[in-house]
Amino acid sequence: MAEPFLSIQHVRKSFGATTVVEDFNLDVEPGEFVSFLGPSGCGKTTVLRMVAGFEEPSAGKIVVAGKDITRLKPNQRNVGMVFQAYALFPNLTVAQNIGFGLKVAGMPRADIDARVAEMLDIIKLPQMADRYPYQLSGGQQQRIALARAIAPKPKLLLLDEPLSALDAKVRVSLREEIRSIQKKLGITTIFVTHDQEEALSISDRIAVMYGGKAEQVGTPFEIYNRPATKFVANFVGTLNVLEGKVTDAAAGTVQVNTQEVSLKGKLNGSKSGDMLSLALRPEAISLGRQPGRDSSLSGEISEVHFLGSVIRVRVGIGGHTVSLDTFNSPATPPPAVGEKAEISFSSSDMLVLH
Amino acid sequence: MKSGKFWAWVVFALGAAYFFIPLIATVEFSMRMRRGAYSFDAYQIVLGDPRFQATFGYSVLAAVFTIILGVLIVVPAAYWIRLRLPHLRPIVEFITLLPLVIPAIVIVFGYIRMYGSNSPLPFLATDMGTNALLVIGYAMLALPYMYRAVDTGLRTIDVRTLTEAAQILGAGWGTIIGRVILPNVLIAVLSGAFLTFAIVIGEFTMASLLNRPAFGPYLQNVGANRAYEPAALAIIAFAITWGCMSLIQILSRFAPRSANRPN
Ligand SMILES: Nc1ncnc2c1ncn2[C@@H]1O[C@H](COP(=O)(O)OP(=O)(O)O)[C@@H](O)[C@H]1O
Ligand SMILES: [Mg+2]
Repeated sequence: MAEPFLSIQHVRKSFGATTVVEDFNLDVEPGEFVSFLGPSGCGKTTVLRMVAGFEEPSAGKIVVAGKDITRLKPNQRNVGMVFQAYALFPNLTVAQNIGFGLKVAGMPRADIDARVAEMLDIIKLPQMADRYPYQLSGGQQQRIALARAIAPKPKLLLLDEPLSALDAKVRVSLREEIRSIQKKLGITTIFVTHDQEEALSISDRIAVMYGGKAEQVGTPFEIYNRPATKFVANFVGTLNVLEGKVTDAAAGTVQVNTQEVSLKGKLNGSKSGDMLSLALRPEAISLGRQPGRDSSLSGEISEVHFLGSVIRVRVGIGGHTVSLDTFNSPATPPPAVGEKAEISFSSSDMLVLH
Repeated sequence: MKSGKFWAWVVFALGAAYFFIPLIATVEFSMRMRRGAYSFDAYQIVLGDPRFQATFGYSVLAAVFTIILGVLIVVPAAYWIRLRLPHLRPIVEFITLLPLVIPAIVIVFGYIRMYGSNSPLPFLATDMGTNALLVIGYAMLALPYMYRAVDTGLRTIDVRTLTEAAQILGAGWGTIIGRVILPNVLIAVLSGAFLTFAIVIGEFTMASLLNRPAFGPYLQNVGANRAYEPAALAIIAFAITWGCMSLIQILSRFAPRSANRPN
C-alpha cells in the first residue's frame, strides 16, 4: 500500500459512560473512495464527525497527509462535507452558497465568480446561479451542497448519507454522478451510508461497521464474496443460512437436516460434532441439478415471487428456508408451491460463518 | 353544516362587537370637543402639547435602546442554547416568562432598594444612571416577547447543521452569526423589536416610580385631568401599537423560506 493520505488510528469515542466508537482503524489512499457501511446507530456519523473536527476523539489520532489533525478546529482542516439534510444557507443564492467557502478564505471576487461557474458546470446546473435553495428540488440542492463542499479544493471530502432523503431514482443517478465527479477531481472521499447496494456500487473499498468497530475493510468484491464475520455476511446482500453438524471433520462432511454435503478444506479446524452456520448467496444456488455444481439438497417449494426478469423462489429444507433466483424464461412457467424440488450449488461457494 | 357556519358568524360578530364598539365610542367621543360638531380639536391640542412631544420622544429613545440591549442579549443567548445547551431550554424559557408573573411594581421596588445612591451600584444616583436602569428594566419586561420571537425564528432553520456547514467551510463565529444566523432570523428579530417598542411606549409603572419623563406617566396624568384629550391619546397610542403589529405582518412575508423540503 502506498503512503496513506488519511490515517485513522485507534480512535475511540465515548459520550459519558457509553462508548460509541471503539478502536477504529482505517488507512485511506490518496484519491480513494471509501464507504462506511453499517446499520443505523453503529457510529458511522461519529467517526466522520471526528474526521471533520466536530467531535474530539476520546483516544487515538487522525492524520491527514502526514499531519496530525486530531485537535484542529473544523474551520482549520480544509475538509469538505455534505450533510444529510441539505444544509444550504437559505438566505443565500446558489452562487453565494457555492462561493461561501471561497469568500471566507478571502479569494478575490473575480476568482470566486470563475470558480463558482466552473462548479456549476461540473454539477450540470449552470443556469441555477441566481436561484434560492427553496426553489430547487432535493436532488438539485444536494448537488449544490456537493459543489459548495468541493469549491475550496478541500483535501478530503466527507459525505454523510447524502442521498438518504432523496427518492429512489434520484438516489441512483446522483450516486453515480458523485462517483464520477470524485474520480475526475481525484479527491479522497469518505461516504457514509446504511444502504449496501449504494456502498457496493460506487466504492473503491468499504468499511463495514458494527457496534462502533470496523468489522471488515475491503473491496466490494471481497466484502460480498468473502465476508469475514457473520455480521458482514448477513448485512451485505441476501444470505441463506443453514445450520449444519460436522459429521467427519477429516473428510469434511457436514450434515444438514439429515442430508450430507461435503465441504472439504473449508471447516477451519472444526471438530466432529461441532455445529456450523453455512451460508449461500441466492445467485450461487440453482433449482434442480446443474452441471458443475457438486452438492445438492432436496426440499419443497414454499414460495414463488415473480419479479419480472427474475423469479425468486423459496425452498423449504427441513426447518430452513433457502431463497434463490432464477431467470424468467417465456418457455417454462415457474415452479408451483408445494412441488418437491432439489437445489444444487458448488461447495466452494458455501460460506462457513464463525 | 349550514347552521355551523351561521353560529360561527354569530360568534365572530360578537367578538368583533366586543372589540370595535368601545373603539368606535372612544373615537366618537374624542371628536366631540367642539360643541355641536365633530372636530379633531382634541388631537390638535394633544399633538401640539410640548409635554406630549417631550415624553413621546423620551419613550421612543428608551425603546430604541431597549431593543438594542434586548437583541444583544437575546440573539446570542437563544442561538447558543439551541446549538450547545438544548437541555437548558426549558429552564431558560421559564426564566424569560418570569417578567409576566412578577408585577413590575415588585421589580421596580427591588431596583430602588438594590441600586439606591448608597448601594455599591448606585444607578439611581444620577439621571443617566436612572435612565440606564429604566432601559434595563424595559429589556427585562420585553424578554418574554423578544426571546420567544427569536427562538421561533431559530426553530425555522436547522441551527446546528447550518453552523457546522459554515464551520467546515472555514467560517469563524463572527461570520457564522453575521452571515448565516442573523440574516435568517432577521424578521423574527424585527418582530421582537416591534413588540418591545409597543410595550415600552405605553409602560407606566417603572417610568413613574423611577420618576422618568416618559410617555406612560404623561398619558396617566392627562387622563386624570382632562375630558376629551385622553380619548384622543388613547386612539393615538392604539394606532401606534397597531402600526407596529402590521409592520410585523408585512415583514414576515419577506422571511427567507425554509429550504428543508424533501425532493
Ligand atoms: N452527542 C451525542 N451524545 C450522546 N450519544 C451520541 C451522540 N452522538 C451520537 N450518539 C450515539 O452514538 C451512537 C452512534 O451514533 P451515530 O454515529 O450517529 O450512528 P450512525 O451514523 O451509524 O447511525 C448512537 O447510539 C447515538 O445515539
Ligand atoms: Mg448517521
